[in-house]
Amino acid sequence: MIDSAVVVTEENTAEIRPDEVITQSRALKDEGFRFVTMSSAELAESVCVLYHFDKDLEIRNLRVDVPKGSKIGSIATVYSCAFLVENEIKEHFGVDFDGIPLDFQGMMYNDEEVQRTPFCNIGIKRV
Amino acid sequence: MFMTKTILKNLLTKYATRLYPFQKREPFKHSKGELKIVMEKCILCGVCQMRCPSQCISVDKQAKTWKVDPFACVYCGVCVDACPVKCLYQESLYRTPLAEKDMVVHVQQPKEAAEPAAT
Amino acid sequence: MAKTVLPFGPQHPVLPEPLHLTLAIEDEIVKEAIPKLGYVHRGLEKLAEIRDHNQMIYIVERVCGICSCMHALCYCQGIEALMGLEVPERARYLRTIWSEMHRIHSHLLWLGLFADAFGFESLFMQFWRIRERVMDLQEETAGNRVILSVNQVGGVRRDITAESAQWILETLKLAEKELLQLKSTILDDTTVKLRTVGKGVLTKEKAYELGAAGPTLRASGVAQDMRQTGYAAYSELDFAPIVETDGDCYARTVVRFKEALQAIDLIRQCFAKIPQGELSVKPKGLPTGEVVSRVEQPRGEVLYYLRGSGKKFLERVRIRTPTFANIPPLLDMLPGCDLADVPVLILTIDPCISCTER
Repeated sequence: MIDSAVVVTEENTAEIRPDEVITQSRALKDEGFRFVTMSSAELAESVCVLYHFDKDLEIRNLRVDVPKGSKIGSIATVYSCAFLVENEIKEHFGVDFDGIPLDFQGMMYNDEEVQRTPFCNIGIKRV
Repeated sequence: MFMTKTILKNLLTKYATRLYPFQKREPFKHSKGELKIVMEKCILCGVCQMRCPSQCISVDKQAKTWKVDPFACVYCGVCVDACPVKCLYQESLYRTPLAEKDMVVHVQQPKEAAEPAAT
Repeated sequence: MAKTVLPFGPQHPVLPEPLHLTLAIEDEIVKEAIPKLGYVHRGLEKLAEIRDHNQMIYIVERVCGICSCMHALCYCQGIEALMGLEVPERARYLRTIWSEMHRIHSHLLWLGLFADAFGFESLFMQFWRIRERVMDLQEETAGNRVILSVNQVGGVRRDITAESAQWILETLKLAEKELLQLKSTILDDTTVKLRTVGKGVLTKEKAYELGAAGPTLRASGVAQDMRQTGYAAYSELDFAPIVETDGDCYARTVVRFKEALQAIDLIRQCFAKIPQGELSVKPKGLPTGEVVSRVEQPRGEVLYYLRGSGKKFLERVRIRTPTFANIPPLLDMLPGCDLADVPVLILTIDPCISCTER
């Protein structure tokens, strides 16, 4: 039996560097993993981005620590469906994804007058 | 032709719907409706205020008042479960619509005259 | 011929909720679709900062009006995994029963709305009439019609008495009979088939790659259902995910129709097996750590990512709802279809926009 509530541990989560995201996710895609979604949380100096993949109901995560306000490659070239969630994280946390095919410029949910990223206190969205 | 049976059946059976204003459905016994309080039993501990997810209850120990904003209440019933003296309960009916916003304020009377005043 | 750009939504007769699509059409054929979200964004995840982890149950329930019980279930499961709580068996069965009631009423709602989308309004009424029976069941057992508020960390808040169980089974029997009467109308009718068969085909490979979820995924031939993981009491029930292979609108309708019937069967199995016992265990400690919790909703799998740091307030609550996952497949389906089929296609993913935007 597979658990449906999985505590994130070292067993199911690989820590990777920001520049490895695309190669690592491509490797997972070649193994037949499905992209589920991405999650993010604010840490002291960085934003922790978790990539969730699943295969036969089993979940596998990739963890990336992105320094606040910095750039990271978009995995939309590997999993095209990732553009929506990348836009969301860009808007909420100020993580800049490089090369999203459909970029809402941080205005997917919010209006133009919103200047700050709601979940990340330091990042300023529009300069 | 093949519909005749259905038509006849529908003509002879009673309405599928209720004739609402004249005929009302009995509310279910355990429906979570309007939030009420028995003020005499209340110990003004403030647990309901702490637990409420919509923060619609406010308890004032000094003034001995218990207030609820019925428009913010989400009828979850957490306060009813949490109350240590079980002085809160939910009616099985919802509140009727009102034209204006109002607050329900209950003031605890001194022990002799135990008659809750509601506004 | 030159392209015409046509705005679709946010206000449209078939859309219960606001979603905007910019359609580039060429001679009534859709060439491109660009979505615009944000009409009902409420920022509910942010509320985790000012509401403690017990109050959050009632907030996550309000993410979606239709699958509220599963949202709370998924959230509670996550917290229980963090605290290492073992939920009593009776509570697990009750959670399953309420989840399946939600599945029935959600699928009936969708079947009705879908009938309405291609202009079959009397069928819409018939489905919603059956749905009303299930709503009554929910009101009687949980106290509320839609947002049940029955889950809590460690178990459930209410019990279903033997008396109500009897009544539930009787009502479900009636609902099943009425549902089977409508089967030939929704699945075999020529006009309905003309609007659904072969429209909006999503291949198995595409569905898997684009991360589709729930009936949208299963109608394309991928047998993935989060209930297979056996959360709540599903590990003790006998069921198999319902799979269709065509991947068109018709297949998605069949999947949902059969799932509604399957849900009735699952409730029966639950009542046959439900043990007596405790309803809830008292949670000890505070949630610490990170957890990914997934549950199968009527629309697909929902994912909760919870991060606690041993405080009353969670550091982060992140919700990925099934419709969010189903938007990329929708954008893949739309190019190449007739403009007149766009409303039907949008409805077949069962969009729940307030879920998507939270």
